[in-house]
Amino acid sequence: MTQKSKQVGSFREAVQDIPDGATIAFGGFAMPGVPFNLIQALLEHGARRLTLIGNTTGGAQQPRMPDMGMLVENGQVKKVVCAFTASTRPTDVLPFTKYYESGEVDAELVPQGTLAERLRAAGAGIPAFYTPTAVGTELAEGRETRVIDGREYLLEYALPLDYAFIRATRADTFGNLQFHRSQRNFAPVMATAARVTIAEVDEDILPAGAIDPDQVHTPGIFVHRLVKVPPPPNGLWPTRRQERRR
Amino acid sequence: MSGSANGLTRQQMADRIAFEFQDGWIVNLGVGIPTMCSNTDIGDRDITYHSENGVIGYGPIAPAGEEDLNLVNAGGQNVTLRPGAAVVHHADSFGIIRGGRIDVTVMGAYEVACNGDFANWKITGQKGGGIGGAMDLAACAKRVFIIMEQITRSGAPRLVAQCALPVTARRVVKLVATNYGLFEPTGDGFRLREIAPGITLDEVRATVGCKLTVPDNLPQVRLANQ
Repeated sequence: MTQKSKQVGSFREAVQDIPDGATIAFGGFAMPGVPFNLIQALLEHGARRLTLIGNTTGGAQQPRMPDMGMLVENGQVKKVVCAFTASTRPTDVLPFTKYYESGEVDAELVPQGTLAERLRAAGAGIPAFYTPTAVGTELAEGRETRVIDGREYLLEYALPLDYAFIRATRADTFGNLQFHRSQRNFAPVMATAARVTIAEVDEDILPAGAIDPDQVHTPGIFVHRLVKVPPPPNGLWPTRRQERRR
Repeated sequence: MSGSANGLTRQQMADRIAFEFQDGWIVNLGVGIPTMCSNTDIGDRDITYHSENGVIGYGPIAPAGEEDLNLVNAGGQNVTLRPGAAVVHHADSFGIIRGGRIDVTVMGAYEVACNGDFANWKITGQKGGGIGGAMDLAACAKRVFIIMEQITRSGAPRLVAQCALPVTARRVVKLVATNYGLFEPTGDGFRLREIAPGITLDEVRATVGCKLTVPDNLPQVRLANQ
């Protein structure tokens, strides 16, 4: 029996079935792991009323690469769920902020560890969990808390996804993935939380079995489509960031 | 004396906090000045630096031209790895944090209150903010140390009786380094542990927004490893 390869020929093809109203998460923390090419394809695809999930809406750094904020600027977004909807430095203004302040786009601000755990929970069949994070803060106001062994915890719900867009270094045709260094970040938990995971991959897609099973970071059962990132200028790759001025 | 002196430099504030790190500690450094703690010479103490994105055991910033563009610290800077480093995914990284394995988290702040509350994610009048990993770290690390300027750009104290801004976590700050000195929240005020060279006690008193306790023999801020 031969396995069908999950590789698709283009980023456009990989995102063509994304419907209006979909919930999509994007891997990435700073440059590493951001699926620039899939974001670019989604910008061109034009699906609307999307709910986007990721660490930050992005856009504070130069050079600017495709980010969630660009989908917002393109009028495709209803809501974002992020650990940053604004910068903590008054001098850095995220492009997203003005859309949020005007009420054009909704946002749910979530502590980064809570975001990761809500995704992990969604992928692991756990509907909700208690965490000490954010207890006593504005985020916990009016929400359910519980004292366990003398410490107060906040109830957080799982965050299931329609789609996860992630970037990996290596894949085989079955979708087994390896990440390089901090490229991994949110990708493994997003893949488990999603109905459909699409990975853009740095290296040529390998035959199934070419990655040692002990060395697989995300198993192919969580991965549905693979696209090889072409070399620049046709593919988008992480760049050196410019140091910020003080 | 005039109030023209600015006291410690950014690196000196970071150095003073880094001198507190003990051998074997797992340390998380926040974006900005706290990152500079990893530049400090603290002798042969073995510190493991943890970053929210799952990098455990990172080393100095990568030299220009030798960056691995897939390897960054929490501030997005291209770092190097030390022997013994490991990489985990985000949920495991925050499991390390929530599980209480981080000996100290060093962060910047807008305000610290004398009961140990602090604020660093949302500024006045802003909708939304930037929480990042700060709330998880502040709630779960064994110690929270803060590095910040003594006063705001408009001259208001950052060491206050009560935070006016929305807090990141309550009653967690153990130590604060500012350009004016080293402070400990005591519950009803701050204790000045060390004063910055070139800063007078009057200048400190005038820039703390609540009760200040000063020991009889007030040392200057230690600027070298001991």
